[in-house]
Amino acid sequence: MPAFVGLWCVAALLGIAAAGVILGRWSWSWAPIYFASLVVSLAGLAAAFWHLWAGLPPETLSLPVGLPGVGSKFRLDALAAFFLLVANLGGAMASLYALGYGRHETSQLRVLPFYPAYLAGMNLVVLSDDAVSFLIAWEFMSLSSWALVVSNHRAPENIRAGYVYLLMASIGTLTLVLAFGVLAGVTGDYSFAAMRAQHPDAVAAGLVFLLVLAGAGSKAGLVPLHIWLPLAHPAAPSHVSALMSGVMTKIAIYGFIRIVFDLLGGPAWWWSLIVLGIGGATAVLGVLYALMQQDLKRLLAYSTVENIGIVFIGLGLGLAFRASNMAVPAALAITAALLHVFNHMLFKSLLFFGAGAVVTATGERNMENLGGLIHRLPRTAVAFLIGCAAVSALPPLNGFVSEWLTFQAILIGPELPQWGLRFIIPAVGAMLALSAALAAACFVKAYGIAFLGRPRSPAAEAARETDVFSLAAMFILAALCFAAGILPGAAIDFIAPVVQGLAGARLPVQIGQAWTSIVPIASSRSSYNGLVILSFLLASGVITALVVHRFATRATRRSDIWDCGYPDATPAAQYSGSSFAMPIRRVFGTTMFHVRETIDMPRPGETRAGHFHVKVTDPAWRWFYGPAARAVLRASAALNWLQFLTIRRYLTLVFATLVLLLMVVAAWR
Amino acid sequence: MNLAMIWELAAQALQMLLVLALAPLVLGVTRKIKARLLRRIGPPTWQPYIDIWKLLHKEAVLAHNASWLYRVTPYLLFATTWVAAALVPTYAINLMFSWSADLIAIVALLATGRFALALAGMDVGTAFGGIGSSREMMIASLAEPAMLLVVFSVALIAGTTQLSTMASIFINGSVGLRVSLGLALFAFVFVAIAENARIPVDNPATHLELTMVHEAMVLEYSGRHLAMIEAAAALKLTLYFSLLACLFVPFGMATGDKNIDSVLIGLMTYLAKILVLAVLLPIGETSVAKMRVFRYPIFLGSAFAAAALAVFLLFVSRSL
Repeated sequence: MPAFVGLWCVAALLGIAAAGVILGRWSWSWAPIYFASLVVSLAGLAAAFWHLWAGLPPETLSLPVGLPGVGSKFRLDALAAFFLLVANLGGAMASLYALGYGRHETSQLRVLPFYPAYLAGMNLVVLSDDAVSFLIAWEFMSLSSWALVVSNHRAPENIRAGYVYLLMASIGTLTLVLAFGVLAGVTGDYSFAAMRAQHPDAVAAGLVFLLVLAGAGSKAGLVPLHIWLPLAHPAAPSHVSALMSGVMTKIAIYGFIRIVFDLLGGPAWWWSLIVLGIGGATAVLGVLYALMQQDLKRLLAYSTVENIGIVFIGLGLGLAFRASNMAVPAALAITAALLHVFNHMLFKSLLFFGAGAVVTATGERNMENLGGLIHRLPRTAVAFLIGCAAVSALPPLNGFVSEWLTFQAILIGPELPQWGLRFIIPAVGAMLALSAALAAACFVKAYGIAFLGRPRSPAAEAARETDVFSLAAMFILAALCFAAGILPGAAIDFIAPVVQGLAGARLPVQIGQAWTSIVPIASSRSSYNGLVILSFLLASGVITALVVHRFATRATRRSDIWDCGYPDATPAAQYSGSSFAMPIRRVFGTTMFHVRETIDMPRPGETRAGHFHVKVTDPAWRWFYGPAARAVLRASAALNWLQFLTIRRYLTLVFATLVLLLMVVAAWR
Repeated sequence: MNLAMIWELAAQALQMLLVLALAPLVLGVTRKIKARLLRRIGPPTWQPYIDIWKLLHKEAVLAHNASWLYRVTPYLLFATTWVAAALVPTYAINLMFSWSADLIAIVALLATGRFALALAGMDVGTAFGGIGSSREMMIASLAEPAMLLVVFSVALIAGTTQLSTMASIFINGSVGLRVSLGLALFAFVFVAIAENARIPVDNPATHLELTMVHEAMVLEYSGRHLAMIEAAAALKLTLYFSLLACLFVPFGMATGDKNIDSVLIGLMTYLAKILVLAVLLPIGETSVAKMRVFRYPIFLGSAFAAAALAVFLLFVSRSL
């Protein structure tokens, strides 16, 4: 039944997209479109929730569409239901937000048809049960989000973002096509059930793993395939940015889990080595790069890269434990990864919504022109602060819980028999710790520069609070961040069927633990209780404040800024975003990011303005794409003479190629 | 609600009040010893109590554009530090709420307080607040990974991240002397120095603008807000002392039933340990000079390297 509902939701969303084409020309059209998307997403959410809650068995459906004679297969199991839940919760919140935010869109026709189609594509990826419909849905999702990225087509950087995105998405899909080709093997049966039944040999399985890592990893944003993400995510309208960062990267993770954990069968241990290495590098590089951004939305996009790295660390640990048949530790690692998937969807959507509110209120994405918004947008400021604390992995919020579980999984690492893993797991633990600490610095910067201090521009000074729908979406997400942080046991139990299917074991039941603690392995080993911590914090903080106010003094006087006796009246004297990041840039950036600072200081007496310029290069561009692009150019220049041949020579060439290929096939057989 | 539960609650409450009451004294002792080492007479040992009392009764002066975050932060910082300090076993293990947060969560709780304080430093929009916040977060981003690696190494030796269990395993002496433990202690001391803004990383007594880190962040605070921040700083120092005592010299803690004798022995040994550490800290501080800001990565990097080495040894030696 829920699978049926899921497919109807997809159909309904496609219908809404069609309605968007028709209605989009009218200025009021955003309201019904987003409202309908909200309702359909809530229905999908309810279906996914019901499937997991009732513990229903997997359901399959076949539709006579798609390839002739094959049709399309759809299936809803626990794993799909979990990601369907994530996608529809994110979709519902984005639609709710857009009920208010959508009115600011200048060209509705460029957004409204694609937004429901994009939601439909993401739902369909999760539901599909054969390679063809999976790939069609995947491409549909990519293309509809591409249309949304270039919806504001007048900005040249958006066009570039769209180009890079399209290129990377094509490469990703290409590798997935190849992966499915290897998986289907000689039988040519493209249904997932057939792939699950046949076990490819070690070489073929390794090849599929690498192809999927590249294909799903490029969509999720793994280093070095992340380069499109910080360009494309900020370019879209903010509710779409939230969906791309919060949900679509999770669909990519779903693709990875579905193929590597479900279809491929038993993993080899060296897979986890690669996943752990890339995950750790992604986490650290993503957050370091986020720290150096001045664009608020681009900072959030790079922070997504970091969080994807954290999820992949959890998945890598899960693979490592599963390869050694350690079911319970594998369950712990996978639980951590899945919880982080859920948590990241919550707080990253919240943060992008907040950024969208800032952008509509001020027209600025550059943090160096913001400041003091806590006074101008007081409610948005509260929600955004909760999001910042959650993404920085601070207790008692939800980001901490999933990172804590990942740390617990890392601490079981020495039990693994492989030496390679024993070397890399502590290093990955150090990288995870580093990325958590740097994320706190990054979000102190984001919040401190954008929301605190004094306004740095007239636009920031004149900002107005955002509308009630946007606020409702933000506060629902903030409340969920709190709920998932203080009652993680319920969430762990809820996803236990998913983990059972992936790891072959599950964590102990958490609901019955004393005082609702979470106890991953055993209470003598580790436990954490967000609820008790929060109550302690509230009690001690509030009691202290009351005692101080009652028995000491509550006298308060407002005065000018002191600033050690030298207050500077101009807001330009404040610390800016790039000056905040300077120490960390100096420590980590000079070699890694090739940071170059140029200072142009006028001599005394000169009247021109001084300039300070920082240039930060993404190492992926420098080491990976730059050489690749140059190689392609060189190769095409070398092959240029082939363009100017006579027809006879072309025919000879074709004939020679044909003979060569036939000989290869003959040798192969 | 039977008698045993009340007894347990009382033991937990005793620890909460103990760290709170002791914290200014610890600070006072370090200041006194430091002054004596510099051949000054120094303020009386109980001066921090008087300072906090005085600050509490003064009116708080706020900048015109200070937000609610600025006013809430001192209490939040105090609450996080106090709760974290109360969760570190001092005189006894297995207190009533000791399971609610393990060592990783305690480190993260301190990070919550620091996050709030760094934001408050940027709230009014001054250059000094920004410089303090920026440098504090830089130090934290170097110190926190090192601290977590220390946590990893002790957790791997003990097979748990629960402080109470760790302490009981270390008390039983089944662990013995380990190279990793020594490296972890070395790294822990470095991290503790950086986290508590002591020389050579930061100078708690400075008011020279460009050398301030922690003091620059809290520059605009006054009155009861400043009292809360000072109390939190004292609590944090006590917390790190207790943590060092709990992890590396856990002997003397009440391990079994909490009867009067064992609690008294635990309290006495705890006080003695804290006192020794409060004497050792200023001796170390007066024998080195403060570093330039961009020397910190070397200082904390060595802590990181030592802790990483400890963890690597443990990962690799598991099968030997």
